Amino acid sequence: MHEMGIIIHLAKTLDQTAQEQNLTKIGSVTLQVGEVSGIVTDLFVECWDYFKKKHEVLKDSVLKLETIPAVTWCNNCKTNYETVKYGKTCPHCGSGETWLVKGNECVIKEIEAE
Amino acid sequence: MRTIKLNASVTASNDLDAQALRSRMKEKGVLLVNIMSSAGSGKTTLLSKVITDLKDTKIAVLEADIESCVDAEHIESLGAKAIQVHTSGMCHMDAGMTAAAVEAIKADNVDLMFLENVGNLICPAEYDTGSSLNVMILSVPEGDDKPLKYPLMFSKSDALVISKMDTLSYFTFDLDKCVSRVKALNPDIKIFPVSAKTGEGMDEFEKYLKACLKDWRA
Ligand SMILES: Nc1nc2c(ncn2[C@@H]2O[C@H](COP(=O)(O)OP(=O)(O)OP(=O)(O)O)[C@@H](O)[C@H]2O)c(=O)[nH]1
Ligand SMILES: [Mg+2]
Ligand SMILES: [Zn+2]
Repeated sequence: MHEMGIIIHLAKTLDQTAQEQNLTKIGSVTLQVGEVSGIVTDLFVECWDYFKKKHEVLKDSVLKLETIPAVTWCNNCKTNYETVKYGKTCPHCGSGETWLVKGNECVIKEIEAE
Repeated sequence: MRTIKLNASVTASNDLDAQALRSRMKEKGVLLVNIMSSAGSGKTTLLSKVITDLKDTKIAVLEADIESCVDAEHIESLGAKAIQVHTSGMCHMDAGMTAAAVEAIKADNVDLMFLENVGNLICPAEYDTGSSLNVMILSVPEGDDKPLKYPLMFSKSDALVISKMDTLSYFTFDLDKCVSRVKALNPDIKIFPVSAKTGEGMDEFEKYLKACLKDWRA
């Protein structure tokens, strides 16, 4: 399952951060999730609640999710548009020469820790 | 509690593992080739053909599968070293799993090492495995619209093999349309229409692999 794979990496990355910065407890993790990253957020939170127990520093942490809206750039008329609404085809000029500029990512924005 | 800004990729730990594996492969002079495609597109058949054709190149194969060992057994029967990696339900290989498989296969003096990734067009594209060449396969029966539906893998691959070309007349697969859709996503990608069954186009693909190996060792 895709969500579980991401969680495993997230936990590993946070474990490393905790070691580097001598943290004993992470209280919250804020994750920015792109609208078209393919991550199912409900499933993601469930996976997290299950998996965090395996890591001492993470076991009491809360996962906070923020959505990053997806934006596509049209190279023909040089404008941005909303990806989720219009997909691959530019709503201004009908061109298909478009690419995603934002919305596919999954970034750890910040953590609260001690 | 204090707030610590990270702005790190969730897969930051994977990216580090991948970088480490790449430098190790560079030292050893082994080119690690990540093969991605959906299930049944012809990965094992293509690799079998490459192994039989390239007698002067030492090849090893890491077979990632959710279950079973049939692919690895088949590759070994052709005389190449192979290892089966069970991903225990995971939909992709990551760099840590790949590094462990590279360690476990214990193959010496290898030139090309292939990683047959899990059959799936989405997840494998999102993880750096530590490979230095990413090849994706799209088979004719899957259809020419796949670049529109799964753009990420097409945009991250160095080469695209269009497989099962011998079946072209049975399907409505527009090769030119497919090529232009792929090039729109990734202008630098190399495209090889082949049939592992008839051998059509295999020569160009094998030459490409050899050229990549030479560049990697330069
Ligand atoms: N006609 C034709 N059939 C092919 C060709 N290549 C593979 N096949 C057939 O396609 C089927 C799947 O091939 P595999 O090589 O096992 O595909 P795979 O991608 O390794 O499959 P998984 O490992 O299960 O994801 C087999 O029945 C092959 O015989 C080809 O070039 N032409
Ligand atoms: Mg196979
Ligand atoms: Zn436009």
